[in-house]
Amino acid sequence: MTTSTTRQQVLVLYLATSALDAKVIAWSRYDGTGQTNPAAGDSDEPPYETGVEALLDGWRLFQVSPLIPPYPGAEYETSFLKHEFLFEKLT
Amino acid sequence: MGNETNASCLVAPLTLGYSDQYSHGEAMTEHPEKKHLLSSVQMARFVAHGAFRMDGVVPASLNERAIAVFDEGVARAYAGAPLEEAYPEGSFVRELLDLPEVAGAIHSLVGPSPLIDHHAVHIREARNGSAQPLHADAIIDTRDDAFDVQLMYYPQDVTLDMGGTLSVPGTHLRRINESDTGRYQNMRGQTRLVCPAGTVQFLHHGIWHGGRRNDSDTTRYMFKIRFNPTVRQRLLWNTDDLHDPAVLEELRVRFPWHENASGRIEYVNRTRLWRALTGDPAFDLDYWMTRVENRPQRVLPSV
Repeated sequence: MTTSTTRQQVLVLYLATSALDAKVIAWSRYDGTGQTNPAAGDSDEPPYETGVEALLDGWRLFQVSPLIPPYPGAEYETSFLKHEFLFEKLT
Repeated sequence: MGNETNASCLVAPLTLGYSDQYSHGEAMTEHPEKKHLLSSVQMARFVAHGAFRMDGVVPASLNERAIAVFDEGVARAYAGAPLEEAYPEGSFVRELLDLPEVAGAIHSLVGPSPLIDHHAVHIREARNGSAQPLHADAIIDTRDDAFDVQLMYYPQDVTLDMGGTLSVPGTHLRRINESDTGRYQNMRGQTRLVCPAGTVQFLHHGIWHGGRRNDSDTTRYMFKIRFNPTVRQRLLWNTDDLHDPAVLEELRVRFPWHENASGRIEYVNRTRLWRALTGDPAFDLDYWMTRVENRPQRVLPSV
């Protein structure tokens, strides 16, 4: 690997609603530069309060989870977090 | 995760299937004294949080022996062994489980003579390099009228940098399969366990949790036992305060990780579990179920 290679840093934010300006309720980070080593349970405070705050800080949004209607018969069951937003920075 | 990466499991599991012989052993203890049972408020808290914690409940005399016992390994019975058979009188684990407060909590949550699903000694070595992904143990579990509990015992002081167990209160009623939740590193309201020596916590089988990275110079120990109930889990606790308004306050707690919409569905999950635990099919929490179950059948005569 050469130092000139562009590498990706990924930020995953889970928001309280499907709106990008909603409150962050969960988060994850993955660092393609190798400069940090994020792990489960490494922080109690989110890096941003909302998804828009991440945009303001230079993160590029590249994926949003779709809105999927409840499965018939399972309308009152809960499972994964629903509103997942993936961001990247290229460095 | 039974044999998790980065956690040592000292004794290999021996799975021979469930036993129907649990009545052959002696009773674990006499029925715990009422004062050692959980209250209704504490049970409601468990229903909402999926966890119940007792700090420093194990005396120093046991804690001081624990690490040597765990280093040697705890003999493992077959899956589904009666508690009394898995942990004979005089064994270290039996001493732990016979502590009045511990026995009272076990009785309140799963009842008398539970079966031992499995146990494991988890060791997080000093400067351990990684964390477990957030997960629920075993496989997806669709029971809504029964649950297992997992006892976790910490024989030493656990500081934040020792990587105490990560768990997320309120996630236990979500239907997910094992480490499919591994993408979630942190959630608002999560618990990163910091506790004094001798702490025991009981977790609902479905709670999302994981061993955190140990960034300290101290090896961390945790001993886990999963209990399966053998009786209907109904009103097994001290019900003197069953109608205390504080029960409802515990059941209606919202967690910081709740999404606006699905957070409301958690009230439905809790209501269903509380109905099962109390045998009260009409119980409701703030009208959430009554509203959507209202399908009047009375037909008025046409005019």
